[in-house]
Amino acid sequence: MIQLVSFYIFASIVIASAAMVIFARNPVHSVLWLIVAFFNAAGLMVLIGAEFIAMLLVIVYVGAVAVLFLFVVMMLDIDFAELRAGFVKNVPLGLLLAVVLAAELVLGIGAYQAGAVTLGTPETGAATVSATVPNIEAIGGLLYSKYVFMFETAGLILLVAMVGAIVLTHRKSHGTRGQSISSQVQRRPEDATRNVNQPVGQGIEL
Amino acid sequence: MTSFFQTLGMSYEAAWFTATIAGILLIALPLMLAVALIIYAERKLWAAFALRRGPNVVGPFGVLQSFADGLKVFLQETIIPSASNRGLFLIAPIITFTVALMAWAVIPFADGVVLSNINVGLLYILAISSLGVYGVVIAGWASNSKYPFYSAMRAAAQMISYEVSIGFILICIVLWAGTFNVGGIVEGQRGHIFGFINAYAFNPLLFPIAIMFLISSMAETARAPFDLTEAESELVAGYQTEYSSMAFALFWLGEYANVLLMCALNAILFWGGYLPPVDWAPLYAVPGIIWFFVKILLMFFVFAWVKATVPRYRYDQLMRLGWKVFLPISLFWVFLVSGYLMFTGHFA
Repeated sequence: MIQLVSFYIFASIVIASAAMVIFARNPVHSVLWLIVAFFNAAGLMVLIGAEFIAMLLVIVYVGAVAVLFLFVVMMLDIDFAELRAGFVKNVPLGLLLAVVLAAELVLGIGAYQAGAVTLGTPETGAATVSATVPNIEAIGGLLYSKYVFMFETAGLILLVAMVGAIVLTHRKSHGTRGQSISSQVQRRPEDATRNVNQPVGQGIEL
Repeated sequence: MTSFFQTLGMSYEAAWFTATIAGILLIALPLMLAVALIIYAERKLWAAFALRRGPNVVGPFGVLQSFADGLKVFLQETIIPSASNRGLFLIAPIITFTVALMAWAVIPFADGVVLSNINVGLLYILAISSLGVYGVVIAGWASNSKYPFYSAMRAAAQMISYEVSIGFILICIVLWAGTFNVGGIVEGQRGHIFGFINAYAFNPLLFPIAIMFLISSMAETARAPFDLTEAESELVAGYQTEYSSMAFALFWLGEYANVLLMCALNAILFWGGYLPPVDWAPLYAVPGIIWFFVKILLMFFVFAWVKATVPRYRYDQLMRLGWKVFLPISLFWVFLVSGYLMFTGHFA
């Protein structure tokens, strides 16, 4: 009962907020609706018992990706008049995209009703997970045994992407003076000051 | 609690529902009271550090000061700036406040006394605390004012930076405890050192990350010395500049509920949570919830102590500490801890 109610709540909010992402005039509102959609999709994941995926969805997409999205969009200087001016020019492209997506949707539903597709033959004895194991352990067990090479390749690709991003954005800055914390900490009063017993009537030597 | 309501003749589902609602109220209402008292305690502590008296007029020793402040704020007019984004402006403090309460669902107050004992408890806390930034960012943007906006930008960058090192520190703890369940992590500390000290913090390998977690949690909650989001000498009051009355009070309550949560997390992850400090039978006569509260209050004392004595960081120093110091060290510590556990056959 409560599962059913929560499913309908989560699902309808996901769909409604996904629609609002498109319909919202203000890009910042769009991003915020996107966050609502992510969050409720995580709720759906919890309902099917994939709590680990749900938490990852929130941590990665809501906690990191969407924050950066919001960061960029908030800094944009949005001119609504200019946005509307581009509308007429982009209508044909938009219509084309809409037709393609609609055709794919129809094809997809048709294919679904035609029955399941067998993609190759399933390996024997692979990926049988008992229902009692917490799914974080089940995923870990699969990831580090059966799919370990795939996992490491994904890690390698991400590493290369990260190095690439750093190389592309790295610039030698000129004319800035960096702070050397260790030399500041090591500095003692004797390095900068001295005590003198100055006789009366004589100028101080600098 | 579910079984208690079932004995009253409810069906399982109705009993579960009632028990959960009751549990939420049992956590949220005392938490609000605790926040009011902890604000008073902190003001008294700062006053003591600065050789002042602190609040001492309302009620005995000024205990009711926070309630008087709350009443004053409640009776004020809510001013919404005409250039602001009205809806988001009002939602922002609600988000901050709600998120600060949500994470308490998985905190075990004593053995088995937890609202929701889920397998991925620690990930849940991480997920919820990563939501906290939205309240600040939305407040800064919706105010349509320059100081709140600067503050929102700072807050977003700061919280993301320190979440990375917090994540690595949590991984070390999870590796040692072998579970993401918060209660399981507390139980993993039973007799951790020489079979009788109940705390990860006294483990020489984990002590450095206990310190790092303490500092990161101050940065994550934007407390002094990392309170650059509301640095009054630069940004007036940061993202709260345009807020007044109850909206302002919600930010205030949410902030302190978050600080208490971080104190509780420190106590749970490194200082044994609801376990007594030493695994000695007479100490178990004291209920676990008392030990837990004592530990939270001690952590809170450290937080107040730091806020009263340490000067504020500069923003570039904050970023340097997060990315160039904590990130490499915590990453290295993941290797170190997992290597040690592998070498000693902890997983066998």
